[in-house]
Amino acid sequence: MAPQVDALYFFLVALTAFFTLLISGLVVYFAVRYRRRSTDEAGAAIHGNLRLEIAWTVIPLVIVLFIFGWSAKLFFTMARPPADSLDVYVVGKQWMWKFQHPDGHAEVNELHVPVGTSVKLTMTSQDVIHDVYIPDFRVKADVLPGRYTHLWFKATKPGRYRLFCAEYCGTNHSGMVGWVVVQERAEYQQWLAGGAGTGTMAQTGEKLFKDLACATCHQADTTGRGPTLIGLYGKAVTLDDGRTVEADEAYLRESIVNPRAKMVSGFQPIMPTFQGLISEEGLLQLLEYIKSLKAAPSNATGVPAAAAATPEKK
Amino acid sequence: MDTAATPHSNYLTDGYGLKSWLLTRDHKRIGLLYLLSVSAFFVLGAVFAGLIRLELMTPAGDLVESDVYNKIFTMHGVIMVFFFLIPAIPAVLGNFLLPIMIGAKDLAFPRLNLLSWYIYTVGGVFTLWALVNGGVDTGWTFYTPYSSAFSNSNVALVVVGIFINGFSSILTGLNFIVTVHKMRAPGMTWFRMPLFVWAHYATALIFVLGTPVIAITLVMVAAERLLHLGIFDPKLGGDPVLFQHLFWFYSHPAVYIMILPAMGVMSELVAAFSRKRIFGYEFVAFSSLAIAVVGFLVWGHHMFVSSQSVYAAMAFSLLSYLVAIPSAIKVFNWAATLFKGSISFEAPMIYVFGFIGLFLIGGLTGLFLAALAVDVHVTDTYFVVAHFHYIMVGGTIMMYLGGIHYWWPKIFGKLYHQGMARVSAVVIFIGFNLTFFPQFIVGYLGMPRRYHAYPPEFQLWNILSSAGAVILAIGYAMPTFYLIYSLVKGKPAPANPWGAKGLEWETSSPPPTHNFEAAPVVTEPPYNYAK
Repeated sequence: MAPQVDALYFFLVALTAFFTLLISGLVVYFAVRYRRRSTDEAGAAIHGNLRLEIAWTVIPLVIVLFIFGWSAKLFFTMARPPADSLDVYVVGKQWMWKFQHPDGHAEVNELHVPVGTSVKLTMTSQDVIHDVYIPDFRVKADVLPGRYTHLWFKATKPGRYRLFCAEYCGTNHSGMVGWVVVQERAEYQQWLAGGAGTGTMAQTGEKLFKDLACATCHQADTTGRGPTLIGLYGKAVTLDDGRTVEADEAYLRESIVNPRAKMVSGFQPIMPTFQGLISEEGLLQLLEYIKSLKAAPSNATGVPAAAAATPEKK
Repeated sequence: MDTAATPHSNYLTDGYGLKSWLLTRDHKRIGLLYLLSVSAFFVLGAVFAGLIRLELMTPAGDLVESDVYNKIFTMHGVIMVFFFLIPAIPAVLGNFLLPIMIGAKDLAFPRLNLLSWYIYTVGGVFTLWALVNGGVDTGWTFYTPYSSAFSNSNVALVVVGIFINGFSSILTGLNFIVTVHKMRAPGMTWFRMPLFVWAHYATALIFVLGTPVIAITLVMVAAERLLHLGIFDPKLGGDPVLFQHLFWFYSHPAVYIMILPAMGVMSELVAAFSRKRIFGYEFVAFSSLAIAVVGFLVWGHHMFVSSQSVYAAMAFSLLSYLVAIPSAIKVFNWAATLFKGSISFEAPMIYVFGFIGLFLIGGLTGLFLAALAVDVHVTDTYFVVAHFHYIMVGGTIMMYLGGIHYWWPKIFGKLYHQGMARVSAVVIFIGFNLTFFPQFIVGYLGMPRRYHAYPPEFQLWNILSSAGAVILAIGYAMPTFYLIYSLVKGKPAPANPWGAKGLEWETSSPPPTHNFEAAPVVTEPPYNYAK
């Protein structure tokens, strides 16, 4: 994305230089040409010119609308991660960055990614607002407490790239920095293979799911006191007030930390809040687990399933 | 003109005791009270700026601790924005000149005017108290939940100080609006008003409509901090981004509070030193109102990376481009005013040339920041820092100083040294560019703002910037000396030293207590230079 952003950037530099020189040039020319020659001299009786006024209203308007169109189109692409992106989960806290890969790898202040692959960061903060900024990739997005934000990039050259926190976050804000390490695919695979993983994020999430006794109510079939989570991710959910919401990351997170905010139609408000009981990393692991509970036949859960059927919980 | 040498011949000699100043209801004396307080805050803010530049000369954070550095840039921002830039031109020059320019004896509510100075002073003292008491480290933007739940500094005190100070803005705004509507001299129709008055009228609208929003927002921060009401902190059920919406709903219009009066000064100066009516007077007048109104609809452009929706970002981007148009119209009209003028190069005009150059760069780099895709890269970096300093320092302070130099003979009845004044204007222009232009480059290269320590590859640009700050400081110090010297040794100023048009030049220098010896009647259009 960097070359496209730079193209627009340097177009704007040229435009700025042109208008600065044009107007400064005119001002200097007028100042010299019409300098006062006698003390009682006065300027000409010119009050204005409607055609000129229209011209210098309409021409800048056309130029700025053109810039708007160009930048908005680019921005739209930048805001939409490709569907085949590699997921990485990010938790910011005063004053460090924690990265989790779905396969279970976790790193601090360093993020390994393969070259030529779209990478999508799902980010949250455990305290104040932070911001992931990778200048070389021309990307930046705030990292907020209590919700998920996203950022994606596709690195085109292996190397080490600086990562900054760009939203002031307190004492050691300028120390909240790190590196994005972009590796050739083979090298990246090697990196993935190294380091004893403790299981994928989804597996860790499943363990958490059991430890917190979530399965007591959220069963694989509809007999539980809570709604089943099989195949839930990305689906529409009907609430008790008749509204329909999409079960996205934001909804799932809210339903864990503040279960009564949106009650699923037909269920009692009996779930306790887990606010403060699960770390941000834990919430992301639960999320990965819930995402992995596909309704379609899946070897992960080892159960045959159809959307409306009631597969046995593994 | 009045040349009688009686002790009560002008407002400066009308009472000498401290009481005659502290209890004055004369808008001119209140303007001077503001001049003193505003200058004191400017010096304080500048000292903090100097410390920032000193620390950033080396990549390592080695001059002060991180916490101290964070407090330094916070206090620099708080003092400069709330206690210098916002009141500077309206409360000093506006107070002094607005009634005279429309032929009035005073503002509509003289006591309220004095009260607003006291409120400003009390708010300032509160803020200084917080500073002495350990400072505040949130940045002047007070972003939540850092300010409301995490910072261990004096957030509440500073917030109360700014809250109090806000009432001073509101009262001044109210006073200006009523004065312009009700106190114009016979014959002073709306379209005979100087553009300085139009600009202040537009500014006053923002004061009255915008300031209450920041006031209540800061109260909410204090409430969350002290009473743990859940408003912004997600742990208490609040929304951290809500704060940014409320904050920028005021603080973007506040940028126009700072620049509109500067544009008003600019119009007066260009006309006076070209001896020509402002080209397209009506367009310049209405563009001030357009800026004031549309300026309320663009706050979201500060939040393009804050997780607001893509569509909201697009709307704010489009509106931001629209608000650029009236500013462009003004610049074109000022340049066109010079055409076939009779241009002289006294000190205030040197500031005019400086303003045009700096405001062009400041304004045009705004196009970068309104461009969504580019903003993502440069927001929260030194690019933004450079951009708003070009507007606020390059625009507002250049015109504040230009205005001070233009009206100094009127205010104090003394002439200052023209040569020194021209040199200082040039030194400021050079120092300013050397300080802030490198920041555009280092921002584009990726240096985030509010960084105590930074990677070594950014050092060159920071050294250039710090070197420029030294020159800038010399440029700012010079007027202090020759202007004060002029009060002691300066030649007496005639009523109209520049041969300029406008009611303020028709009364004596300094003006009598009630501004005019005889109530003026206006019979001619503004800037009626051509014979």
